[in-house]
Amino acid sequence: MTAVDALAGGFADPPLEAARAFRALLDVMARPGRIADLGGAVPPAPLSVAAGTVALTLLDGTTPVHLAGAHDVAAVREWITFHTGAPLVGAEAAMFAIGTWEALQPVGRFAIGTPEYPDRACTLIVERAELLAEGARLTGPGIRDHAHLSLPEVAAFRANRALFPLGFDCVFTAGGRVAALPRSTIVEDV
Amino acid sequence: MSSHSMDRAEPQTARQEWMGLLARARPAALAGLLPDPLPDHALLRAPEIGAVMVRGRAGATGAPFNLGEMTVVRCSLRLASGAVGHAVVQGRDRDHARRAAVVDALMQTGAAAAIRAAVLDPLAQAEAEARQVRAEKAAATKVEFFTMVRGEDK
Amino acid sequence: MYVAVKGGERAIDNAHAWLAEERRGDPSVADLTIPQIREQLRLAVNRVMAEGSLYDPDLAALAIKQARGDLIEAVFLIRAYRTTLPRHGVSLPVETAQMAVARRISATFKDAPGGQVLGPTFDYTHRLLDFTLAANGEAPVAPRAPAAPGMVPHITSFLNRDGMIEDAPRDDTLPPDLTREPMELPASRATRLQAIARGDEGFILSLAYSTQRGYGRTHAFVGELRIGMVAVEMEVPELGFAICIGEIEVTECETVNQFKGSRTEPPQFTRGYGLTFGQNERKSIAMSLVDRALRWKELGEDFTGAPAQDEEFVLMHADNVQATGFLEHIKLPHYVDFQSELELVRKLRAEVEASAMREAAE
Repeated sequence: MTAVDALAGGFADPPLEAARAFRALLDVMARPGRIADLGGAVPPAPLSVAAGTVALTLLDGTTPVHLAGAHDVAAVREWITFHTGAPLVGAEAAMFAIGTWEALQPVGRFAIGTPEYPDRACTLIVERAELLAEGARLTGPGIRDHAHLSLPEVAAFRANRALFPLGFDCVFTAGGRVAALPRSTIVEDV
Repeated sequence: MSSHSMDRAEPQTARQEWMGLLARARPAALAGLLPDPLPDHALLRAPEIGAVMVRGRAGATGAPFNLGEMTVVRCSLRLASGAVGHAVVQGRDRDHARRAAVVDALMQTGAAAAIRAAVLDPLAQAEAEARQVRAEKAAATKVEFFTMVRGEDK
Repeated sequence: MYVAVKGGERAIDNAHAWLAEERRGDPSVADLTIPQIREQLRLAVNRVMAEGSLYDPDLAALAIKQARGDLIEAVFLIRAYRTTLPRHGVSLPVETAQMAVARRISATFKDAPGGQVLGPTFDYTHRLLDFTLAANGEAPVAPRAPAAPGMVPHITSFLNRDGMIEDAPRDDTLPPDLTREPMELPASRATRLQAIARGDEGFILSLAYSTQRGYGRTHAFVGELRIGMVAVEMEVPELGFAICIGEIEVTECETVNQFKGSRTEPPQFTRGYGLTFGQNERKSIAMSLVDRALRWKELGEDFTGAPAQDEEFVLMHADNVQATGFLEHIKLPHYVDFQSELELVRKLRAEVEASAMREAAE
């Protein structure tokens, strides 16, 4: 039986809020480095509002999800299960993974797709303390000249870019803010 | 993913029985037995139309396969008393799901006996009667054989 | 060469308006209601549910009305609607042994426990047009006989006890879902059954008939055909147990097939399986024959080149929405393609003419 608290905190108006959140996610994924506001969900700690909103928007019964580190607690597990129906799985089987960058290590565990189906790759939802338009230099599709984003590191994203068209994609969340880094983006130290 | 190993030889709990009865009920019949206004409640998961993939088994007993989907509405809510009710009901009638969840919640309160008498018992009786009628019509088409000739003695 | 064209919006709007008027027909004749279609054209509704892959009799009836009775168009409408629905879960496999049977017959066991129950069948009708139906709206009443609703055991379970028929052992492998992932060949039996269950009835019927005529012969008899209501149960995570979410009508067919044995299997009867939404017995029998024909590799039989044994042929051509989409798209504007065809033919003709001129000059 699920604790009553886990039953609260979903979208109040699911069609509208999910559509708005999906649009915001499309925008940040299409414009790597752009930081947007994202809200609507009221998830249990330590899941941020933005990460909870991503979960409500993108997860369903056909998207296995992995909870890493401190995010793998009963309150979050029950909330995700009740509101999205997504099965909870190990890192290797996950289509989505949620946790801090440290908890998600080693990222080599996550699916990167296959040459026939590059879409069968994991999307990492990386919880950050803050998101700033500074730090690593981003270039590539969706970026006019270059952009900057406060990434947790550079080497892992360079290695991931080398796998293109395979590789994982990342969504960064901090409080009610979101940014994204698709596998196509070239990441360099400044 | 949750295991599909639940053994259905186990007798159903009372709650499983009433949730099934509410899901199978005709929406109008349920609304007739529990008319508006419904008791105050907060929606935890507003009534939402969706689909459930229905599975069968190859050879009736072998490996599962996906037969096709069916429409359902699901709803979860909390009464002012704190009791939480859930419903997943066949079809696309949002009020059906909301009512079924309200009954599920009320059945966990002091009102259970009254709700059973006013709502569940009449639904169960109507269902049993409908099933009996179908079974009797089927029984009337059962073949009685008369052996005319048996061929294997030749 | 590329030909850019624009226009036709007004013509399209007017065509839609005329379509709506034609759909309604003569306004002096009463409009069809959805309950009328659902109750009185139930076998059409069943077919649309089976091939539309969505059990909802009211929606199927609406689709039939909107499609003016074109069942493939109605299937298309249901498939399109289905894609808008969130998936709330997956049921436990339906327990057809628990079915409340309206019809249950066996061609192989006369005295099967539970008996031969004919149900509402066309089988013994004389196929003479009944002009009383054109005249009035009488409501016949079916006779009844004493009955105790109860479980009717599967006929194959009796043969199983003697080891005379292959077993279908319990297996909980999660099946792939071809509505979510692209179909990959070779396909599992689970994928094949899903594809055939939603496949076009006419196509599956013809394939099944071809196996009876010798193209991949499987010597099939209907071991059991049953039609009735089954409960659909689903595990609900927040409850921690399974609940019944409704009841659906299904038709199930199990064929019993002669089998001489192979390199790996002893001589015994083998089985084909059909299951469809609604009362849909032609489709269900055909499905079980095609299922059995496709199992040649697993049973160690020879591939004889028969279409019904050819998984790629069967699975890639069974879906009438895919088929009609590709077939009918060739009537839509192909000006770009055709312009290049014209250019090519003109060029070839010019070359032929030029060489003819040269030859004449020499």
